[in-house]
Amino acid sequence: MPNKQIKEENNYFPESVRTRNVFRNLILHLHPVKVRRASLKFTHTFGLGGMVALLFVLQVFTGLILRFVYLPVVDHAYESILQINQSVFFGQFIRNIHHWSGMLMVILTFLHLLRVFYTEAFHSPRRSNWVIGVVLFILVIFSNFSGYLLPWDQLSFWAVTVMTSMLEYIPWAGGWLAQLIRGGSDVGPVTLLNFFTFHTALLPMSVVILMAFHFWKVRKAGGVVIPGGKANPDKEYINTVPHLVLKELVVALVLVGTILLMSVFFNAPLLEKANPALSPNPAKAPWYFLGIQELLMHFHPFFAAILIPLLFVGMLFWLPYSRFDKMSLGIWFVSEKGRKLCLRVLLFTIVVVPILVLSNEFIPDMIGSASGWKAMVLEGLVPFLIILVVLWVWVIILYKKKKYSKNEIVQAVFTFLVISYLTLMIIGIWFRGEGMALMWPWKV
Amino acid sequence: MTRRGFFYRIWKWLAVIAGLEIAGISIAFIFTGKRKEQKSDQLKVLARIEDIPPGTVFPYRIGQLYLVRLKNGGFMALSLKCTHLGCSIRWYDDSQKFICPCHASEFDMRGNVNKPPAPRALDIYKVVVEDGLIKVDLGKRIKRTKFEKSQVTFA
Repeated sequence: MPNKQIKEENNYFPESVRTRNVFRNLILHLHPVKVRRASLKFTHTFGLGGMVALLFVLQVFTGLILRFVYLPVVDHAYESILQINQSVFFGQFIRNIHHWSGMLMVILTFLHLLRVFYTEAFHSPRRSNWVIGVVLFILVIFSNFSGYLLPWDQLSFWAVTVMTSMLEYIPWAGGWLAQLIRGGSDVGPVTLLNFFTFHTALLPMSVVILMAFHFWKVRKAGGVVIPGGKANPDKEYINTVPHLVLKELVVALVLVGTILLMSVFFNAPLLEKANPALSPNPAKAPWYFLGIQELLMHFHPFFAAILIPLLFVGMLFWLPYSRFDKMSLGIWFVSEKGRKLCLRVLLFTIVVVPILVLSNEFIPDMIGSASGWKAMVLEGLVPFLIILVVLWVWVIILYKKKKYSKNEIVQAVFTFLVISYLTLMIIGIWFRGEGMALMWPWKV
Repeated sequence: MTRRGFFYRIWKWLAVIAGLEIAGISIAFIFTGKRKEQKSDQLKVLARIEDIPPGTVFPYRIGQLYLVRLKNGGFMALSLKCTHLGCSIRWYDDSQKFICPCHASEFDMRGNVNKPPAPRALDIYKVVVEDGLIKVDLGKRIKRTKFEKSQVTFA
């Protein structure tokens, strides 16, 4: 009965003292009075979740200030950004903070997800919280993406054109959904208003609600997962103030310092004003979507932009609810064996994915101008099934012959998928130049 | 089932229905409030016939289309938008093809796909030739899978 155990842990202190403390100290609304000393080990969590929460607060504040000057109208949006950059006191600086925090937020949320995954912290009692976390990650990505359009420059206009066109490949509902989000058949004034509403109201509101839920569930699970799990000999509880809070303060200071420095030295990008008749060459999606854009070079759009991402997200949702042989809560990479397997998968993927991308360059699509369902089968279903079968055979070999546990295999497959995406993303960011041709980064 | 359980279930389903209604109303609000598709049959005069010799391609950025005169003298108005993900294609005169800067799709002069990933031929607009003038119906973008002879208008 893990629940009963948690209850007992929470009742470790006499009720009266605990209640008094909670009311006396705002911090203790968020944290318990005492925490397991073992859970404070920095290399166990790296403070990633807390950093993301801090970034969110930073985004709300800087976003609020920017809203006083920004105009979500096609004829004035770009000019108002110019005004922010040029004539508003600290305008460029505030915009830089907003830009870099938004970027870091995507990265740190992703790292937070990786940390939770690789320390196996998604098992019961944190199953539903893992799902909430995945939803939050998606919301963070779309918050960033919806903000992408607002400056109304060439970068934002074409990134959003490409992304909303991807939706059209969803069978039946796609055209309708793209129309709804864009408010028409092209990216235009209505799209800008829609994205402004998404970015400044709908998404942040959803994030706030889910974040509260996320934190509450962490408390309910008895805090973060303990390093080493049940085997950890350090069972002692120590005061949250000052032990935990001091550590959080240090992390927060370093993070804010880093962002301020970045904002002093690097300006948020702003290209020329959007021109619907002229795509820049190359026209790229936001960097975190470039893995999908790279996939689009090799697969039918329905598979690259819809099915494969949806399957991956579906896998993440399903993950905590599938049966595992054992729960190695709190142990990095499950075991020593699991860690070595991960490392091998990492090296393998970094080598094989670029080779596949290159081979597609020299062995061009055999299909030529096949269209409709034929193209979908030849450029989508066939390569997709080939990859699926290879993955399946590999999993069977790992399970039957090499005697890996399910935890280790799930971790290996996850590593393969994530590293594949990151590799594709890096190719998309640094190795694709004019006409989306492959080239060296210094020639892009 | 107990009476209490029965009512509990009814309340639950009523809540679900109410939620769906609110979602439906919101979406309907957003949809009808925003969509103002121009559905005019207004023909726009783009050029005179003699201005455009056979085998040439002219961009009309305002209407976001390319006016094409095929080698046999027929006219076509091709949409600027790549059918893959909506980037603006560009005409390259020396290689005689349209190339999309986003994913390097290629189209021939008739808008047919030369090189994927574009899944179908470029959208077209209706072309009418009257009194020596070439007019294009900008109100309606016509989707097609591939080139057919009926899509060409002759003077």
